[in-house]
Amino acid sequence: MADPTKEESTAAQETAAAQDPTAQQNAQILALLHSLFGESTFSDVSEPYGLLTVTTKREHIHGIVAGLQQDETLKFHFLTTMCGINYPENLNQELGMIYHLHSLVHNVRLRIKIFFPVADPVVPTLSDIYAAANWMEREAYDFYGVIFTGHPNLRRILNVDDMDYFPMRKQYPVEDGTREDKTDLFFGR
Amino acid sequence: MHYAPSTEHQAPIQMAVNDALAGTHKITEEAREQQGGQLVPTLNDFSQELTTLNLGPTHPATHGIFQNILQMDGERIISGVPTIGYIHRAFEKIAERRPFYQITPLTDRMNYCSSPINNMGWHMTVEKLLGVTVPKRAQYIRVIMMELARIADHLICNSILGVDTGAFTGFLYVFQEREKIYEIYEEVCGSRLTTNMGRVGGMERDLTPVAIDKLRTWLKEFPTVMKEFEAMFNRNRIFMDRVVNVGPITAEKALNYGFTGPNLRAAGVDYDVRVMNPYSSYEDFEFDIPVGTNGDTYDRFMVRNEEIWQSLRIINQALDRLPDGPFHADAPHYYLPTKEAVYKNMEALIYHFKIIMGEIDAPVGEVYHSVEGGNGELGFYLVSDGGRTPYRLHFRRPCFIYYQAYSEMVVGTSLSDAIVILSSMNVIAGELDA
Repeated sequence: MADPTKEESTAAQETAAAQDPTAQQNAQILALLHSLFGESTFSDVSEPYGLLTVTTKREHIHGIVAGLQQDETLKFHFLTTMCGINYPENLNQELGMIYHLHSLVHNVRLRIKIFFPVADPVVPTLSDIYAAANWMEREAYDFYGVIFTGHPNLRRILNVDDMDYFPMRKQYPVEDGTREDKTDLFFGR
Repeated sequence: MHYAPSTEHQAPIQMAVNDALAGTHKITEEAREQQGGQLVPTLNDFSQELTTLNLGPTHPATHGIFQNILQMDGERIISGVPTIGYIHRAFEKIAERRPFYQITPLTDRMNYCSSPINNMGWHMTVEKLLGVTVPKRAQYIRVIMMELARIADHLICNSILGVDTGAFTGFLYVFQEREKIYEIYEEVCGSRLTTNMGRVGGMERDLTPVAIDKLRTWLKEFPTVMKEFEAMFNRNRIFMDRVVNVGPITAEKALNYGFTGPNLRAAGVDYDVRVMNPYSSYEDFEFDIPVGTNGDTYDRFMVRNEEIWQSLRIINQALDRLPDGPFHADAPHYYLPTKEAVYKNMEALIYHFKIIMGEIDAPVGEVYHSVEGGNGELGFYLVSDGGRTPYRLHFRRPCFIYYQAYSEMVVGTSLSDAIVILSSMNVIAGELDA
């Protein structure tokens, strides 16, 4: 990786880490993540508001979450929440899943993101690792149509069973498209 | 035949129940093979004499709209299949179209037993995104209101648990006090149940002398009632027989199921967001986190009772040390100006207009903020793309996550125990379904 910009940003991160305890902790976790799962597994590392955020590929997500649960150093034992997200403009990365893990022992949180094409929304289930993932995944399926392979009971959970679309996708706006009084012509939005 | 209802048996039984509901009253060959050739009991298997019981969706004992299709062998529950979503209102979708201040009323309607906590949690999330620092006085007022809400929430849960075990009196005793809490809310923000309290940046108005007066009177009177309530239940033999060792859950299992709040603490894990990730100056106060040992209904009840006392401690400390100063942040872009200022001051008029029309852009970013809600870690995951509304807003609703364990917890218990477990878990339909 002879990318000068990347080196610069790592150096900048290191100086920031020296000053801020949260950043220091996050840098340690990131180093551990890299040593456990390999550096190439993660991309787009950032720390919005002090919460370490990494992006990975869907092939790795099950292994990472299982590994983090078993890891004796990090002890990410707790799946706080997960949710889907939809970016229609990102070609072949339209859908995403965002996982929040929490290490109750060290009181650190970790956010893991994966993105995948809307045409092939298949993600391995985490319900074999965390019982809590069962309904969270059903919710993500219900809202975004993400298919979780290996899920024991992947049915809609909040919406009616015979709904034939996935309502949280951005292609379904909230307001009725035929209404003129709600358009924001005057405010340029 | 003796059933050993365990997790590996559950899935085929659930399938069998689903098939039965769909009208196919047959045991499939696959299901039989999964059971190691054993017969799977289904609805029409008269040799087993199983009954299907539809508990809910509108059953007075479930205190909300949830359905559980229970398969019962006499009084004993073999399996339960929960159906939720009866009051789903698509809050996450609606929130993508609303300016930030218009999302507060949506949060009211999640855990409607402790709306102020939801409101403040949402305000704090937006403040974190905007980088607004709230003055100490506003933080203390928030703490007071949030702890009042926690007391109201726990009072409802514990007293309803009493009602479900046949003790109606305690419920009436403490509901009078809950009414007084609502009067304090009314004095602070004008409404009672769905409070819409506070603003992004602080409180909408300062605590009035009347509010402080009401609060002080209530703080004096409430402990007597609470002691009476505890005297009625804590060592009551009839009550204890109904709740001790009913619906226990181990700490490992509770963590695996994503339990938070009093339910997790009853299982012996001292995880409390107020202590682990202090927000709104919780680090200034001294209080204890009660934990249980068994994670059974009795522990959940006792943990909630003790938390009420701890909340009282926090309120007393916050009220005694209430700092002087402004009750909202100096953030004119985000904090709605007063009506007088709008009439007299040009800038205030502009900001009023811009905020009300939702013309204030938020910075790009993503924030996860969590508060200790009435029944667990209430999280807000906000993704902002820089527009007037969130790009994505996800609520981590504690009920939704831990209610999954219910169908496992009721297996092997009796119907009356199932009702007691449900009330002691404090599942609020509004929060469950969002």
